[in-house]
Amino acid sequence: MTIPKPANNQKKKFDVHSVRGDFPILRQLVHGKPLVYLDNAATSQKPQAVIDALVRYYSTDNANIHRGVHELSMRATEQYENARGKVKTFLNAADDREIIFVRGTTEAINLVASSFGHKFIKAGDEIIVSNMEHHSNIVPWQILCEQTGAKLRVVPITDTGELMMDEYGKMLGPRTKLVSILHVSNSLGTINPAERIVKLAHDRGVPVLLDGAQSVPHMAVDVRKLGCDFYAFSGHKLFGPTSIGILYGKREWLEQMPPYQGGGDMIKSVTFEKTIYNDLPYKFEAGTPNIAGVIGLGAAIDYVNSVGYENIAAQEHALLEYGTKKLSGIDGLTIIGTAKNKSAVISFTMKQAHPHDIGTILDAEGVAVRTGHHCTQPVMECFHIPATARASFAFYNTKEEVDVLVKSIDKVLEVFG
Amino acid sequence: MSEIRELYQEVVMDHTRHPRNFHKLEGANKTADGYNPFCGDRVSIFLKLKGDRVEDVGFQGAGCAISTSSASMLTEAVKGKTTAEIQALYDVVHQMLTRAPGTEFDDEKLGDLEILSGVSEFPTRVKCAGLSWHTLMAALKGDKEAIFTE
Repeated sequence: MTIPKPANNQKKKFDVHSVRGDFPILRQLVHGKPLVYLDNAATSQKPQAVIDALVRYYSTDNANIHRGVHELSMRATEQYENARGKVKTFLNAADDREIIFVRGTTEAINLVASSFGHKFIKAGDEIIVSNMEHHSNIVPWQILCEQTGAKLRVVPITDTGELMMDEYGKMLGPRTKLVSILHVSNSLGTINPAERIVKLAHDRGVPVLLDGAQSVPHMAVDVRKLGCDFYAFSGHKLFGPTSIGILYGKREWLEQMPPYQGGGDMIKSVTFEKTIYNDLPYKFEAGTPNIAGVIGLGAAIDYVNSVGYENIAAQEHALLEYGTKKLSGIDGLTIIGTAKNKSAVISFTMKQAHPHDIGTILDAEGVAVRTGHHCTQPVMECFHIPATARASFAFYNTKEEVDVLVKSIDKVLEVFG
Repeated sequence: MSEIRELYQEVVMDHTRHPRNFHKLEGANKTADGYNPFCGDRVSIFLKLKGDRVEDVGFQGAGCAISTSSASMLTEAVKGKTTAEIQALYDVVHQMLTRAPGTEFDDEKLGDLEILSGVSEFPTRVKCAGLSWHTLMAALKGDKEAIFTE
């Protein structure tokens, strides 16, 4: 008798409790209560597979990459470049050379602002962002505008937290040189119509950068389907290590752009008379990179693929629906950000208590949420609030954890009600 | 919940719900603004100084329960005091808020303010309680720039 093997392409059935077992940090008590980690939009937790990849690299393969003739250097280089290939496939980019390793989304945006900005943006030109941007997609452009005399235009948002697409359409004009907009909002959860944003800009010949920090942990991203010119994301929000991120850029742009930083690895030859820059992607990777971080990011991508975005989306959608229903029923609680197309983020305020007091009381119950302006002060101004409390979910969260959140909010009402 | 109850005691909640001297002070001759970008708390302190003595005090602002109650208690505590007395009071409040857990502080000078001693158990909230006190000292020094604590 033979036991039939499951087909290789058959995804294992999603079981949240089994998935939670992959994350050692979740097995702990905080203030004597089981940890309920609902701060995933700030950073995600790491599966054992990622932790093991870091330990394995430092235990057996650690060496500097490129131009090393010894065994360890070759192993490190191979794993580093392997990870680049994984990211290329993950984003469905056309070419490995379009994948630049950076520290995170913030550095990716700064790279484009500095390199693309100084080459292509002049006084009087316009850069379009939106009112829901994270500060990291506002400040680099403000710095560029100060330096060049260009102007920042801001697409307004509705009271549900959605982009006013008509206003955006009207804003695109002959002076627009770049659009830089987030794919998913960290403070509101709004999923922006990225393809439409790109299409409208491209109709005018304007390139688009999408800030994908909050999208890649939750949905499959296909940069060629989106059509965007640049895409940025951070490894640590994708269950990978901190201080590693990706800038995807279309080759036609990256080839034309000058280096962002000078140093080792980004050059072909150096003399005091003339230095020749290296080819893509190394032109943008000066200095010894975060090799372990890159390898850890590769492991995180493998892990996410093994869970499957269909499972991730289904679990998070269920959490968002359940959480929204439960929280909406609480007296005095207002959900900020009610877009039709939304990621599993619930930002809220309470008439009885300030978000900071909510955060402290929830923490005492073992519930980790973020409180504050979430680096989106213009969003807070829009809604005339100083701050929100934000529960942001990952696929390893459970409905039972939503129940604990609701019970903990009852404690806030006990103290403040 | 016990530490939470310790933090949000009745007196704290009373000052939060009914802040004292919560108004802009007409005729103030020393003022300063404080801002905590971490949580968005804002406070403005208004002092009417006659000679070396605080004759009247008011505050305005928006913030969490800890920052509002701390500012409210501050206004009650400093009214009628000299700048030297306020400096001494500030030093004790600072010691109370930032002390290592379980260590003593000079509680005799504090009166009602001692109710905030539980804040030292919550390191992320120390700035909330301290904001109005930093702003008060800036007002006395005549600092025009807004105070930022984070």
